Amino acid sequence: MVSFKDYFQSGPVRWTQRHLLGLEHLSADEITLILDQAAEFKRLANEGHTKLKLLNGVVVGNLFFEPSTRTRTSFGLAAKRLSADTVDFSPSGSSLSKGESFLDTARNIEAMGVSLMVVRHKTPGAPMFLSQRLDSAVLNAGDGTHEHPTQGLLDLMTMREQCGDLAGRTVALVGDIRHSRVARSNIWGLTKLGAHVIVCGPATLIPPRIEELGVEVSYSLDDVIPRVDCVNLLRIQFERQRGAFFPSIHEYAHLFGMNASRLSRAREDVVILAPGPINRGVEITPFVADGSHSVILDQVSNGLAVRMAALYLLHRRQQELSSSPAPVDMTLI
Amino acid sequence: MKSILIKNGRVIDPASGRDEVTSVLIRDGHVAAIGSSEAQVDQVIDASHMIVAPGLIDMRVSLREPGNEEDETIESGTAAALAGGFSTIACMPDTDPPVDSRAAAEFVILQAGRAGNCRVVPIGAVTKQLEGQELAEIGQLVDGGARAFSDAKQPIASAEVMRRALEYTAMMNRPIFHHPQVPELVAGGLMHEGFYSTLMGMPPMPAAAETIMIHRDLTLAEMTAGRLHLMGVSTGEGVEQIRRARERGVRVTADVTPHHLFFRDEHLQTFHSKYKVNPPFRTEADIECLIEGLKDGTIDVITSDHQPYAEEKITCELDQTPFGVVGLETLVPACITRLISTGILSWAELLAKLTVHPARILELDAGVLDVDRVADITIIDPRPTTRIDPHTFRSKGRRTPFADMELSGKIAHVLVGGELRFSDV
Repeated sequence: MVSFKDYFQSGPVRWTQRHLLGLEHLSADEITLILDQAAEFKRLANEGHTKLKLLNGVVVGNLFFEPSTRTRTSFGLAAKRLSADTVDFSPSGSSLSKGESFLDTARNIEAMGVSLMVVRHKTPGAPMFLSQRLDSAVLNAGDGTHEHPTQGLLDLMTMREQCGDLAGRTVALVGDIRHSRVARSNIWGLTKLGAHVIVCGPATLIPPRIEELGVEVSYSLDDVIPRVDCVNLLRIQFERQRGAFFPSIHEYAHLFGMNASRLSRAREDVVILAPGPINRGVEITPFVADGSHSVILDQVSNGLAVRMAALYLLHRRQQELSSSPAPVDMTLI
Repeated sequence: MKSILIKNGRVIDPASGRDEVTSVLIRDGHVAAIGSSEAQVDQVIDASHMIVAPGLIDMRVSLREPGNEEDETIESGTAAALAGGFSTIACMPDTDPPVDSRAAAEFVILQAGRAGNCRVVPIGAVTKQLEGQELAEIGQLVDGGARAFSDAKQPIASAEVMRRALEYTAMMNRPIFHHPQVPELVAGGLMHEGFYSTLMGMPPMPAAAETIMIHRDLTLAEMTAGRLHLMGVSTGEGVEQIRRARERGVRVTADVTPHHLFFRDEHLQTFHSKYKVNPPFRTEADIECLIEGLKDGTIDVITSDHQPYAEEKITCELDQTPFGVVGLETLVPACITRLISTGILSWAELLAKLTVHPARILELDAGVLDVDRVADITIIDPRPTTRIDPHTFRSKGRRTPFADMELSGKIAHVLVGGELRFSDV
């Protein structure tokens, strides 16, 4: 019999969200709750308990309207580890190409018995759009340049493992802040947990008034590097850019790439993260990516635990609401 | 034609400055008398506590017919216009095919006549196919009934084309209605660039896209002595540029929509497409400037910018749904709530922006309530509070940011050519 610490019922904080659309509307306690739950799942996995019967009979829909490898695989595996069944959807060759709408596609998949809907989409707000129109719980697996909450959570989990309490720590988000949903989720999560966040990149990739989110803005990685506990290197989102944001990849790498020289001026225990997929030689050199400070593969492992936690908590909330005579609408809207 | 006596109403005619509680006698489609009652009439309308105004004019409406009748038809659009208090509307050429020929303009007038609702004035295209390349046959469009020219929401990107268009239309003393926006600065954009676009990760549309284009347009209008009308001004800097240009004699007019006086960029935080408009909702500071512009006359006209779309076109992802909301049936209550109830504008000032000013810009024999003039009259009851329910709209379009809001006032009656075409009492 596996001893499973159920934070949902016994912990000091209750999970009350119907959907997971972003970190913006979560409290620090709620973020911590997911991270603790994820840590518990990770502990169990490390002890060899890789199949938990917590979502037995539940169907998880993986609706990826935008290409993805690791997030999709991670969500799929997370569902399986919780004993859920999964339905996968990708737009190529689907009814979308026959003219069916996004909403009708989701409704049809829901009608197959799906109760947890994992949605990735290129348009900001698309998961929220579905959450307002479906009965399923919706998990945002990345919506355009808005949020990617489970990536943000797995980054937090990884940093927390390396640094302990994140309050008072300094984290640099480096690169394409403008087009990064990971940056936004990181900013919300880190600031809520008390970390100091520096966003760093070319001025063209720093969106206006981002400092009003409680972050420091820097255009010089060289100035920033000695001050930080963690560096999260964001990928240049070539596919989301609509113009020339910097002169060349070489110039970008020269000014903002994480290389051995910059690493040598960082703190000895600096932690290097990259949400991936990484552009080797652009944001990060192979020396750094494969070096001892890099936790890139830990991030991937933690992603599985975080997604298990998210699926589990949302499912439990659904159960709670369905057993309640007068369910309260707890959407994030 | 029957005679009608409108009695006990507060008759306001901004053109003449009339503002008194009196009666209006209508006979043979014209105003026969103001201030004298007549015993023998076919119908009496009691307008006690109501505003009796010249028939309202909305000079910026998209009707979608021909080509997109699932969104709106001339019949449904003009029915919505009547319900909104308008006896005349001017419709944009953004149909499929666009109104870039004499036949297309005549088609609009013919269909409007068949519908038998309000009057419809076509606005012709500035360029063929609204492509911004070659001038449309503007002279023939004038012969077909076009009163102004516009490429609708397609900004005329080429300064050379805009220059020639202003020169050419000046020859006929017709205005160009321009959507002032630098296309490359808003490409792919969904909302105003600022804190909220950053927060939401939304592709932005900077205010500079509007102000740069306004500056260009004003310079060209000054150079050519052409008549320029700037549609849907949304930025404080834009208002200030127009104000300064007016002072030096540039022939420029401008309009604003009621929804741009109500809503800010932050409303799109819900990701609801009812807040997706072009130009986008801006900031509180911009709204304050728009209101100043309305008060001091820099902004001459209030328009609905009525943009109807079928349900299936608005129930989709934010980037897939088109810009625009319907406005014909909410304009008057929105203006009363935002501008009259707050004391920002007087009734005469508001009505001027909905009657005589658009009539002058379009050179219409309308917008005036006086003896011997055609009896296009709108009667407004400012008292009731109405919860906006889009399902009751006559328009086929249902998307409005005012949905479920409580707004003041309603349209009681609309007369077109002395005929009572709409009543809701």
